[in-house]
Amino acid sequence: MNEQTKKMLKQTACKVRIGIIDAVHSAKSGHPGGSLSIADILTYLYFEKMNIDPANPKMPNRDRFVLSKGHAAPALYSVLAHRGFFDVELLTTLRHIGSILQGHPDMKHIPGVDMSSGSLGQGISAAVGMALSSKHFGNNYKVYAILGDGEIEEGQVWEAAMFAGNKKLDNLTAFVDYNNLQIDGTVEEVNSPAPIDKKFEAFGWHVITINGHDFDQIEDALNQADMIIDKPCAIIAKTIKGKDVSFMENAVGWHGSAPNDEQHAQAIAELKAKLETLM
Amino acid sequence: MSEVKKIATRESFGNALAELAKTNEDFIVMDADLSAATKTGIFKKQFPERFYNCGIAEQNMVSIAAGIAATGKRVVVSSFAMFAAGRAYEQVRNSIGYPHLNVIIGATHAGISVGEDGATHQCLEDLALMRTIPGMTVINPADDTEAKAAVYAAFEHDGPVYIRFGRLAVPVIFGDDYKFEIGKGVELKEGNDVTIIATGLLVDEALKAYEILNQEGISARIINMPTIKPIDRDIIVKAAKETGAIVTAEEHSVIGGLGSAVSEVVGEECPVPVLRLGVNDTFGYSGPANDLLDIFGLRASNIVELAKQAIARKNK
Repeated sequence: MNEQTKKMLKQTACKVRIGIIDAVHSAKSGHPGGSLSIADILTYLYFEKMNIDPANPKMPNRDRFVLSKGHAAPALYSVLAHRGFFDVELLTTLRHIGSILQGHPDMKHIPGVDMSSGSLGQGISAAVGMALSSKHFGNNYKVYAILGDGEIEEGQVWEAAMFAGNKKLDNLTAFVDYNNLQIDGTVEEVNSPAPIDKKFEAFGWHVITINGHDFDQIEDALNQADMIIDKPCAIIAKTIKGKDVSFMENAVGWHGSAPNDEQHAQAIAELKAKLETLM
Repeated sequence: MSEVKKIATRESFGNALAELAKTNEDFIVMDADLSAATKTGIFKKQFPERFYNCGIAEQNMVSIAAGIAATGKRVVVSSFAMFAAGRAYEQVRNSIGYPHLNVIIGATHAGISVGEDGATHQCLEDLALMRTIPGMTVINPADDTEAKAAVYAAFEHDGPVYIRFGRLAVPVIFGDDYKFEIGKGVELKEGNDVTIIATGLLVDEALKAYEILNQEGISARIINMPTIKPIDRDIIVKAAKETGAIVTAEEHSVIGGLGSAVSEVVGEECPVPVLRLGVNDTFGYSGPANDLLDIFGLRASNIVELAKQAIARKNK
């Protein structure tokens, strides 16, 4: 990846994080921690990787994305807004009465959202269905999904993994946002899904483990996924929950609570200072 | 007495899918390791490349179907009613119902007439469960003709459709001229003393009840109600006003199915006595289907008894 592209991606991801914090602050509820942890992956997918057109969000042959960990909706909304699917101003209507920006992704009303999600474990199955549809009907688009590390405690995830492996859905790539925290504590404490890589391998997936905040590694992994034949790809992305907001990083309490005005101001100040260094 | 032709509606389901597939290349069918029983196997045999077996994972199957539908393609999923509507309820609600996707859920082996498999497989709650999902269309066909017509109609419908099929071979009631329309009840017999509204395999029993009542000088109106949701309010209100008493009959719990749907309309629009025939808030058990239908009181004689009670009540 050339330095200019990387610089742009870092700037965009920083703006996406600002959008996440503004949105969750405005909503007075929501999930900032797990949204911040996937901001870099989503930025790369929507700004570099996926075949999409913000002017034509329903383009039939577009690549699809499913946010299986639907509670990270603020990250998806912020990326979609910055990519031009809708106005960035709309982000501060998150979870408000009458807003299209529902607490969890709603494909019926939000431009660019390919699948409604939020009930954990179901999004990955839907992504599998999309990948199957792409192959069956000869459309050849790719399907991407992001799972949470806590989410993969759901049995349905492994039903989906088994099916995708068995049906050789090599047009499907699923990230696991491995930030190691879920609502009640660390994933180890609650019910460890480790070893995540070996589990996906056992279900017939090609597995790549990366740092989910390193754009070179994200790019390399996705390029590698393109080359894999007859296997879906799982990219285990090691991430930091609450990434780039000092007091949210690795703090379990920020899974599902919104910053107050003071915390909001501090978070935005930190992110804007970071953005300055990236300009 | 001439032999009545009998076909299980699950068979009609499989035949309808195979028939449709000849002219419509734009749909696929999924099953969860029960294709021989649900009769999607009929489709699979003729169109193997359009059939996907999900294995024993109904929740995954339902959400996969949602993903396929989200790409603009039609898809039919099938399993036993217990697993399609019961086990995968939340997937039907959130993956299919909430985004209002064009998925057809063909749920077979509904009701007590599953027979020998017993309570774990005798789904008596599916109509109730599916009816509560916003935008879900719920159909319970009575015979081969209606079952096939319901499948064809579901393919023309915008939004998710749950269709309930049975394991037991049931008499073919309707001829080829029968017109099925989603959301419409059908008056099969005119009558003024009481109305019997039946669905599924109880429609045939209702027609038998009509004959018995007729011999006793009671004029019963018989309405076939294939669509449980959206329920045909007009035909119910008209019946309530004109006959003053209603009996509902279904192979389902008396809680939440046809009886509840009719009671809701009658209570709101034109209160008259409504007596519900169904399974009385209890689990089933193993046995031959026809014996169970007798034991659980899902026969013409039971309808006749309730019809008389309903008539007696309306004069109070």
